[in-house]
Amino acid sequence: MTEPVIAASGITHTFGSGTTAFTALHSVDAEIRRGELLLLMGPSGSGKTTLLHILGCLLHPTEGEVLLHGQSIEDLSEDELGRLRLKHFGFVFQAYNLFPMLTATENVLVAFDLARSDIEAGRARARELLTLVGLEKRLDAYPGELSSGQKQRVAIARALAAGPEILMADEPTAALDSENGLKAMELFRMLAHEFGRAVAVVTHDPRIVHLADRIVRLEDGRIVPPPGATAGDKP
Amino acid sequence: MEGTGFGEAQFRRIPEAPPWQPRLTYLIAWRNLVHDRVRFAVTLTGIAFSTLLMGIQLGMLLNFLHTTSILVDHAGADLWITAHGIRTVDLATPLEERRRFQALKVDGVATAEPYLLGFGFWKRTDGVRETVIMIGINPEATMGKPWDLLSGANPRDLLLSPDGVVVDRLYAEKLSVDSVGQLFEINDHRVRVAGFTSGIRTFTQSPYVFTSLRHARAMAFAQEADPLTYILVRVADGYSPDTVAKELSAHLPGADVLTAEEFSQRSRNYWLFSTGAGITVISGAVLALFVGVVIAAQTLYASTMDRLPEYATIRAMGGPRRYLYAIVIKQALIGGFLGYLVGISITLVLVYLGRDSSASPEMTWWLALAIGIVIELMCAAASLVSLGKVTAIDPVKVFR
Repeated sequence: MTEPVIAASGITHTFGSGTTAFTALHSVDAEIRRGELLLLMGPSGSGKTTLLHILGCLLHPTEGEVLLHGQSIEDLSEDELGRLRLKHFGFVFQAYNLFPMLTATENVLVAFDLARSDIEAGRARARELLTLVGLEKRLDAYPGELSSGQKQRVAIARALAAGPEILMADEPTAALDSENGLKAMELFRMLAHEFGRAVAVVTHDPRIVHLADRIVRLEDGRIVPPPGATAGDKP
Repeated sequence: MEGTGFGEAQFRRIPEAPPWQPRLTYLIAWRNLVHDRVRFAVTLTGIAFSTLLMGIQLGMLLNFLHTTSILVDHAGADLWITAHGIRTVDLATPLEERRRFQALKVDGVATAEPYLLGFGFWKRTDGVRETVIMIGINPEATMGKPWDLLSGANPRDLLLSPDGVVVDRLYAEKLSVDSVGQLFEINDHRVRVAGFTSGIRTFTQSPYVFTSLRHARAMAFAQEADPLTYILVRVADGYSPDTVAKELSAHLPGADVLTAEEFSQRSRNYWLFSTGAGITVISGAVLALFVGVVIAAQTLYASTMDRLPEYATIRAMGGPRRYLYAIVIKQALIGGFLGYLVGISITLVLVYLGRDSSASPEMTWWLALAIGIVIELMCAAASLVSLGKVTAIDPVKVFR
């Protein structure tokens, strides 16, 4: 088994304080390994997205420790976390969050610009990535002119732009039909297996369960064993 | 990668951008600006309106600054001897003729020439009387003569012509003057239009009428036998006007001796600050600036609010806050620059169209540049509210 790229242990996270305090995660341990497609599953409010935020270095947990390549991120400032995300992570968001006034190519180019990469080389790579996700004829289309599946492919190309080692996706199949949803998941699986990327996907979608290498199920902020598992099995 | 075309090449990092390479923030800022056409139009209109108002108000101020002291600035005198307490050149009080002889005795005075300035009533051809400011100088005078004469006429010849007066073309209609040679009356004395000047504006809107000292004295409402209101002094070579002014002051108790610069400044200060005219104009310019700030801030804020999900995405991807600040500020500055171009263009057209009117705003390259800088600063200030919103973006919200 490969070493975890990111590992979280004893994670508890509470939102708010006093009488309005709400604990989303209770002493959760989780990790993402290189070359693995991990699904974070559970009902709404189970804490899976909060766990994704913490594993994605977007949020410091109230308690517990997060290690990236064995190094704690606890003392890092918001700006330092941002630099970590830029260097190591690629994100695919549920609503895609593409700039509506930028073309597909320009949307991908934003990731290169954030990494301070050469714009012309970035433009060529952006077109290449979009071509590889099947959008070679929509390179100059604006998000408003694209279907949901096409928008998501632009979002995936953007997430891959900076060559991240960890890819995180929030409900990537939620707005897609079965065929497109499956295609997206196959792409994630390929990125994990063929290119050694660590891929974590938050999903409700039971249609894609069979593609996962591992599934972490959450309920009420706690990891629960998968159906049929016996006590002592590691999630 | 079978069937997908993916390979390690797509994950290899590409070269860093050279430091001089413009960031994508320019493109994002520009597209943000023009994406919503209506909002873009409102932004441009607001900034252009602000530029126009500032241009006109400050152009008027510039005009006031020039016209309130125009007689002093063009007289060619080093020093002005005035009755004590004179606050502006246009509001003169009598000075005794003997002062001129006293001045001529002072070391360092090369020339001291009489100058009479007084109000008069010009009777138009239709019988209506207009107030004018008569200026009487000796035809042989070396200072205080009319300038910018049309047709290259010689002021001496014009002032020597019988009953001759020189008026400005800008006020020809106001005085019902059509041509040289026409006869009118000032204070019931006959005057003949001997020539025209071009562009000698008056702040009081009472046109300047140049004539000979003898003729002006005959028309003046004065009790003295040989009235005059100012003595124009040219200092001898090798003497400092300030030193001679001190010497003259010592020899002329009860009179004021001012350098041309002092008198010019005093005249400007009187009209601009003592009368409230300047404050009114400056307030207009400040108000225009305020209107511009409010409009620019509102449209920019609305645009920023629309873009918050995308900005949160950039933060989630690891983009620094300064990247978002750059987008917002560039959006404000680009909008400001375009609005300024529209506004200053309209201002220049209006200034051109009003060039022959008696109270036209003036525009210089440095004033246009200064307005541009103020507009850009205004837009940067207008972006502060939006920057506050961007600062508070929580990248986690992008997942919701």
